[in-house]
Amino acid sequence: MTVTAVTKDPERSTMTIVAEYPSPADRVWQLWADPRWLERWWGPPTHPATVTDHDLAAGGVVRYFMTGPDGERYHGGWRVVSVNEPSRIEFEDFFAGDAGAENPDLPKTRTVVSIDDDGGTTRMTIESHFPSPEAMAQVLEMGMEEGIKQALSQTDALLAQLPA
Amino acid sequence: MVVDQLDDAEVDRLFHALADATRRDIVVQAAAGNLSVSALARRYPMSVTAIQKHVAVLESAGLVRKERRGRERIVTTEPASLAAAHQMLDRLEAMWRGRLDRFGGVLSEIPKGDQT
Repeated sequence: MTVTAVTKDPERSTMTIVAEYPSPADRVWQLWADPRWLERWWGPPTHPATVTDHDLAAGGVVRYFMTGPDGERYHGGWRVVSVNEPSRIEFEDFFAGDAGAENPDLPKTRTVVSIDDDGGTTRMTIESHFPSPEAMAQVLEMGMEEGIKQALSQTDALLAQLPA
Repeated sequence: MVVDQLDDAEVDRLFHALADATRRDIVVQAAAGNLSVSALARRYPMSVTAIQKHVAVLESAGLVRKERRGRERIVTTEPASLAAAHQMLDRLEAMWRGRLDRFGGVLSEIPKGDQT
């Protein structure tokens, strides 16, 4: 199983997810550093990603669009905060308008990617932090347009875990 | 309360309510045990009136309920609305699970020794 741990903190608007891969860190890094590899996994199968700009350096910008089944394009990107090859990337996700220009009205998600090589097995940790719970709701409502509605089916299981 | 039936306005109220640190703390405190408004006011450096306003915001978002017990007004956390916040994070988790699963699949396709 790829994903080994998930921590969700609704009060801090933070989610941490950990995955392990039987590959060295430099190959894991390649999937972030090479735009052709990145677009193979970034978007869901229903909304494949096309990366148009890829400056993975502090202050750089990565831009992409995802194409829906109806041909409609959803633009987005990352404002790169810091990069430490091959172990750490920090960026802010942003949403963009039709021409790919950043939409400042929509909230950014701060994401930190940590890659730790443990002798052939690589642990990758994604920490996503929203500026506020309102921003979390706004982003996730957009995420639903990108084919994430299937996650709603988990609601029943989730509710069953909560105290009555 | 069925979380699936929250409409956009309800979701907005919910996340506005949770955007304030004091209100988040009240939700946590009131989940641990029934607390009166005056007991809450003693916990924070603010007036009973200020606490009442916070409680009203939480109440309108469906996060807590307030009931009269004798001379006290008791605040109790409503777990169903917290479930909605959990549900939001759940969707984020689903998005990243999908990405990380695809990541593993793509990783296995890179030819060994290929560093391009």
